[in-house]
Amino acid sequence: MTEPEARISTTISHDSLIVRAEGSWRVEDLTDLDRLLSGIDPGTIGEIVFELSGVTALDTAGAWVFLENAEKLRAGKPGGRPVRVRFENPRPEFAPLLHKVEESLASLGAPPAPPPRDFGFTTFLEDLGRRTVHIQKRALHLLGFFGLVCIVGARSVRHPSRIRFTSLLFHMEQTGVNALPITGLLAFLIGVVFAYQGADQLRRFGAEIYTVNLTGLGIVRELGVLITAIVIAGRSGSAFAAQIGTMRVNEEVDALRTLGLDPVEILVLPRLYALMLTLPLLVFFANIMGLLGAALMTWGVLDLHLPAFLRQLHTALVGWSFWIGLIKAPFFAAIIGTCGCYEGLRVQGSAESVGRHTTRSVVESIFLVITADAIFSILFSYLHI
Amino acid sequence: MVIRVRGLRTRFGGRYIHDNLDLDVERGRILGVVGASGSGKSVLLRCIVGLERPVAGRIEVLGQELSAAAPEDEQPSGQRNLEARWGVLFQNGALFSSLTVAQNVEVPLQEHLRLPPAMVRSIARLKLAMVGLPPDAAGKFPSELSGGMRKRAGLARALALDPEILFLDEPTAGLDPIGAAEFDALIRDLHQSLNLTVFMVTHDLDSLHAICDRIAVLIDGRLRIGTIGELMADPHPWLQAYFHGPRGRAAQETAIQDTAGTR
Repeated sequence: MTEPEARISTTISHDSLIVRAEGSWRVEDLTDLDRLLSGIDPGTIGEIVFELSGVTALDTAGAWVFLENAEKLRAGKPGGRPVRVRFENPRPEFAPLLHKVEESLASLGAPPAPPPRDFGFTTFLEDLGRRTVHIQKRALHLLGFFGLVCIVGARSVRHPSRIRFTSLLFHMEQTGVNALPITGLLAFLIGVVFAYQGADQLRRFGAEIYTVNLTGLGIVRELGVLITAIVIAGRSGSAFAAQIGTMRVNEEVDALRTLGLDPVEILVLPRLYALMLTLPLLVFFANIMGLLGAALMTWGVLDLHLPAFLRQLHTALVGWSFWIGLIKAPFFAAIIGTCGCYEGLRVQGSAESVGRHTTRSVVESIFLVITADAIFSILFSYLHI
Repeated sequence: MVIRVRGLRTRFGGRYIHDNLDLDVERGRILGVVGASGSGKSVLLRCIVGLERPVAGRIEVLGQELSAAAPEDEQPSGQRNLEARWGVLFQNGALFSSLTVAQNVEVPLQEHLRLPPAMVRSIARLKLAMVGLPPDAAGKFPSELSGGMRKRAGLARALALDPEILFLDEPTAGLDPIGAAEFDALIRDLHQSLNLTVFMVTHDLDSLHAICDRIAVLIDGRLRIGTIGELMADPHPWLQAYFHGPRGRAAQETAIQDTAGTR
């Protein structure tokens, strides 16, 4: 199916320039076609006639390039005088196409001016200001949502029959039981790494035995709960946002509302309760696995056997230490669950929006979890625990 | 012959949807494919464009065997690959939601051709005008458009490369009667000006009367093909119920009035 190449030849008869077009005028060679036609120079001649009987193939782009250049010729060179342009003798099968394209071009009008681009300092400042205001708005909105969840949550505590237990158990399995392997493995590895670094440094002072104190306290107070919270934010918080977001796109959330059901009660609370119940348990499991990793590493590097490790650990974990991490867990769970569900409910319209809000839920919840952890540290240091 | 299907068999969950199905579509026709819900109309369309793999059978589109289609670099030179020679409009437009309407139309132009960006933009704008979208729709995102406009935008994307065949999956479903009639008129207009062959899966009796010159009915895994008059005379109970039910009769009457009005 090789078609003859597009060509034009010009002749002058009487008072008009006749442009005879031949061959195949299709989108593949559009750049060349445009160059051919834009090379036409009417000079002082007042009329141009495009003779199209030799055109063997024509598509929309081909018709466009004729009409677009005809329009330019009509307007004439700046300072020059306008020229009349006519099309003659297109093959009968191409006439409707030419007509259709001409009609569509007429309805288009002038192309919109591209938005001005400015990378100056003022634009940067404006952008910064807009973002700041936007973040503040979002934070307030999130706080509002948290308040709403608290109210609905308080109602469900007063009327426990309103809690959806099937859904609660399902989400406990999803966010808790199914997360055991990954949280356990990560906590174990962190224990190993932490113990190795600690042993390496403390050996210089002959204080190897305090590796146990360092790793034990570090894991139980901070690392266990933080690692678990971050994994769960990435794993379950994002899943909440994506599930609820997809339901938003399918108008399932609206369907719930029209049936007189509260989306917060049906979608948000079971997920939130499930996370608040399972996260402390996960943190406990992660602590044990982290300590196990630390014990294994101290045994390997410092030749400290398990009974000695446990004895030392017992002296290290005085008072509240063991509970500190576990106390923080339900608060972190509330943050992750709220962010995930909130972003899910904020989804609008499209699949792309689901992706954007899912990402945002993870970023938001990890940020807030670490901020909350810092606040807890300050609080605990005031309370001397 | 633009589309040739021989002995097509497809299976879903142990049940044969198509059983030894044959189909020929000639160049320049508008073929309407009808059938009960779940009879496999959309599956047939998806098989022909290669989205679904049949259990057995041969499918030839524009003279190329689909299953044995040669890899891109081995194709005879000067010939575009099949994807550039057909356009598909999915039921809800299937626009890429992260791109604006104009960018959606630019995607095939950028992928299959090497053109300067300004030219790509002009052609995309032209296509949007050709399907009857207002100029300000170009910069909008698909989620900001109504269902009917989304379909038009999807049509503009399907037509971006001036295909020879246009596949439509329920183009008028979900449109109001006026919007549906306008869409029918648009298809007929484009069919004429772009020399298209149209393969249209539809439920809309009005569309069948208004624009299709051949109709294929999927019954028991096979196709019965004919003009609307021939099929209306067919004694098969489903066809009788389809064409002579209350909706069928109403559509027929409007069609008769329309032809009388144009004369």
